[in-house]
Amino acid sequence: MTAAPETPVSSGPVPLAPPRRLVDVTVDGEQIRVPEGSTLLDACEAKGVDVPTLCYGDTLTPRNACRICVVEVEGARTLAPACSRKAEEGMSVLTDSERVRHSRKLVLELLGSSVDLSTTPGVPEWNERYGAAPDRFGPRADPAPLGERDARHAGEHAPVDGAAAATVEQPAKDDNDLYVRDYGKCIMCYKCVDACGEQWQNTFAIGIAGRGFDARVSTEFDVGLPDSACVYCGNCIEVCPTGALSFATEFDMRREGTWDEERQTRTTTVCTYCGVGCNVTLHVQDGEIVKTSSPHDNPVTHGNLCIKGRFGYQHVQNAPGKRQARGGGETMV
Amino acid sequence: MRSDRRSPAYQRLTRPLVREDGELRPATWDEALDRAAEGFRGAVRRHGPDSFAMLSCARSTNEMNFMAQKFTRAVIGTNNVDSCNRTCHAPSVAGLAAAFGSGGGTSSYREVEETDLIVIWGGNPRNAHPIFFQHVLKGVHNGARLFVVDPRRTPTAEWADRWLGLNVGTDIPLAHAVGREIIRSGLVNETFIRRATTGFDEYCELVEPWTLSAAEAETGVPAGTIRELAHAFALAERAQMCWTLGITEHHNATDNVRSLINLSLLTGHVGRPGSGLQPLRGQNNVQGGGDMGAIPDRLTGFQDILDARTREPFERAWDTPIQPYKGKNLTQMFEGMDEGEVKALYVIGENPVQSEPETETTLRRLGRLDHMVVQDIFLTRTAEQADVVLPASAAWCESDGTFTNSERRVQLVRKAVEPPDGARDDIEILCALADRLGHAWKTPTAEEVWNEVRALSPIHRGMTYTRLEQEQGLQWPCYSEDRTEPTYLHRRLWSEDPQERGTPAPFGIVGHSPPVDLLDEEYPLRLTTGRRLDDYNTGVQTSGFSSPLRRGELLEMSPEDAAGFGLEDGDAVRVSSRRGSVVAPLSVSAGLRPGLVFMTFHFPDQVDTQLLTIDATDPVAGTAEYKAAAVRVEKVERAEEVEGAETGDRAPAA
Repeated sequence: MTAAPETPVSSGPVPLAPPRRLVDVTVDGEQIRVPEGSTLLDACEAKGVDVPTLCYGDTLTPRNACRICVVEVEGARTLAPACSRKAEEGMSVLTDSERVRHSRKLVLELLGSSVDLSTTPGVPEWNERYGAAPDRFGPRADPAPLGERDARHAGEHAPVDGAAAATVEQPAKDDNDLYVRDYGKCIMCYKCVDACGEQWQNTFAIGIAGRGFDARVSTEFDVGLPDSACVYCGNCIEVCPTGALSFATEFDMRREGTWDEERQTRTTTVCTYCGVGCNVTLHVQDGEIVKTSSPHDNPVTHGNLCIKGRFGYQHVQNAPGKRQARGGGETMV
Repeated sequence: MRSDRRSPAYQRLTRPLVREDGELRPATWDEALDRAAEGFRGAVRRHGPDSFAMLSCARSTNEMNFMAQKFTRAVIGTNNVDSCNRTCHAPSVAGLAAAFGSGGGTSSYREVEETDLIVIWGGNPRNAHPIFFQHVLKGVHNGARLFVVDPRRTPTAEWADRWLGLNVGTDIPLAHAVGREIIRSGLVNETFIRRATTGFDEYCELVEPWTLSAAEAETGVPAGTIRELAHAFALAERAQMCWTLGITEHHNATDNVRSLINLSLLTGHVGRPGSGLQPLRGQNNVQGGGDMGAIPDRLTGFQDILDARTREPFERAWDTPIQPYKGKNLTQMFEGMDEGEVKALYVIGENPVQSEPETETTLRRLGRLDHMVVQDIFLTRTAEQADVVLPASAAWCESDGTFTNSERRVQLVRKAVEPPDGARDDIEILCALADRLGHAWKTPTAEEVWNEVRALSPIHRGMTYTRLEQEQGLQWPCYSEDRTEPTYLHRRLWSEDPQERGTPAPFGIVGHSPPVDLLDEEYPLRLTTGRRLDDYNTGVQTSGFSSPLRRGELLEMSPEDAAGFGLEDGDAVRVSSRRGSVVAPLSVSAGLRPGLVFMTFHFPDQVDTQLLTIDATDPVAGTAEYKAAAVRVEKVERAEEVEGAETGDRAPAA
């Protein structure tokens, strides 16, 4: 030690959040104590009970859209979504009752029959756990041509014959060099809309269009991303639970069969652009950066980045020629 | 409007280069390092250590910056070390240090979410600091009012309760008028002024001429809106004053910063949770580079180089005397090249040929050096001028270390990918050169370097790598391993005990000085510069990815001026200043007021905006006036004129 430590000029209490009371709840017959304001999902996690979630996001206000996290609250008429229901003193919760299992099974079957869940983590395991059989509604209907679902209007439907299960499947929208929107995988969880809207990015490039089964995430008037208000922050990709939104790199590698998360390392460092100091997690496969994300609990970013932080890494690798967006769908090259 | 003239992405350097018969040719690492060291040794032998200058890298780690300044001070024996810090926020550091004795922003991002009033002055964080702006928007959604002061109606201004569109370079009249209105309305914080400041009476005299109507005439902002800002700022329970380069890239930038600090002193909006001053830094580690001592007047930990007591521990640790006087800052280094005082230059990761104003002057000055070594990841325009080029690794993802952000948070940088074959780590290169110059530094790990920083810098002492990992970064000051300090600075100013209160903060007695480059009939338009969302600085890094938003270089002009000049969106126009001229496509933009035009400097290989800018610099901090040039705009009729249409008024150096 070569220099005498300087005496701190100001010493005193550091302002902290006010202390929170603790509440006692019972999860599957076992008592657990959680801070006031915790959700039932927090209580289940604290007890080590696995509750499936899809539309829940740790950086977002719950939307209660998917209903897969429902639990049975003693004395309540209906099942409660664990991700948003606050724990209350004396509450007793069942996470694996017959009602809960039946409800989760149905959610998995309805989603699985109508949406491509092939890149949604956890689904095969949950299907097995709850005995869900998404194919019991019959063979899947053919994917819609590109743009067909976007052009639908409320009340203009032909009657269906029930011979095939209706789906939201359609070709991926690949209209820019940075990311791909594959809405055949979209479960309408609203997370991308909330991340783009006032919860984080405040750009409002996307919203919900249409009603009922035609409801879909859309830019204004369904214009392509380059003509929309999108600023390519990728914060929608960060929260997408199903892979409907993905980096062009990931989309291409999955198509080529080279995407392999087990071979990827994830290293969190600090962005190289402005002085805000965003933490960036680099996903590296075979020595190449293939994707970026940001830790959701980081005090600087809360999981968000801008276009430079999200996509501006390419200068460090002498990547081959630039990718060409394929336009609308897979058939167009 | 979109400009299609683009440059290809830069390719990474993987082999050292040395100059032979006027051309750069590949060389082995040993040959290149020998040549680099020999050139430095020769310059020092012939002209003394002060003929050497180091441009350290605000993009690289704290550890690299510490080693670069140690190399300069301990191996060469001079304090001539600086970085592009000088071209952006040195005035913020100088202004804050003059008022509070410490050169960092005083509050934290989190406090912006929990404040009552946010003033963003001379900045467009919606585009230039997007994630900081998310904290601002949290504050706005929580009920804070937002005032934006900027000549352009930027995407940031679009979120504001009030936009104050002032004339370029009239920040001081506006700030003084706000101050006068606060005083005249009896809204000053008398307790704070009495306890914690000096020079209040002089300040009252200073601002007295700046009535609301006088300020309206000078700034172009309606008197009622100035009054509104004054009352909102003075009456807010908590208020944040944030600024970026619209304040600092002026010839009187330190004065601009002082004029904003005055408003916080007047109202007591400093040293309390939610109240403070935040300069938003423009580069990942420009705060840290200065904190590490890669500046000519401070040692590691922002310690005054003129103070023998702060030099002593460094001299003991490095077993070498440290010069007891300030070195040359970046601006003085370049002037010193003209005067033959600087003969050898070591540039680490900087691109002054394209980032300094007046490109031709910079090239001429570099041409006068005996020896220039450039260490970079790309063959930049600056590297093309070098005698030796050393291929480096990219600090942020190919090395371990730390960066320090705008809220003084030191965060771990981790190696995620291997550098390309042939490139080497910055610290390893510095150590190899030190070794050749007689200092056997066995290459330390980043953590070992950091522990040396902690031993020498009290404000970093408590930050072990383990703690930085566990706590997702720590803000300085952090004196001890077992505690954290408040997230805001200068609480001492509020203490009732004069002993603890320490040195009071002086009001800055600063006068108005309009931009140096005057408008006249020949050059009637004010050109200001800035960043876009998806591009960055000289474009070397951002050219690597394909952005759907990228529009290339454009001249943005108000609809009124475009109509007046008979110009249309997309027309090729020649933009001329007293120093040079460029051709760019015109973009008509409603965000600009009549008389104001805007360009970036992201595409220097297509349109070199720096041919137009002026190198009038701030006398305190040495930052150039990028934000205010006088230009005229003419339509280019013939297509062939568009090709290779750049001219400077001086011949480039050979």
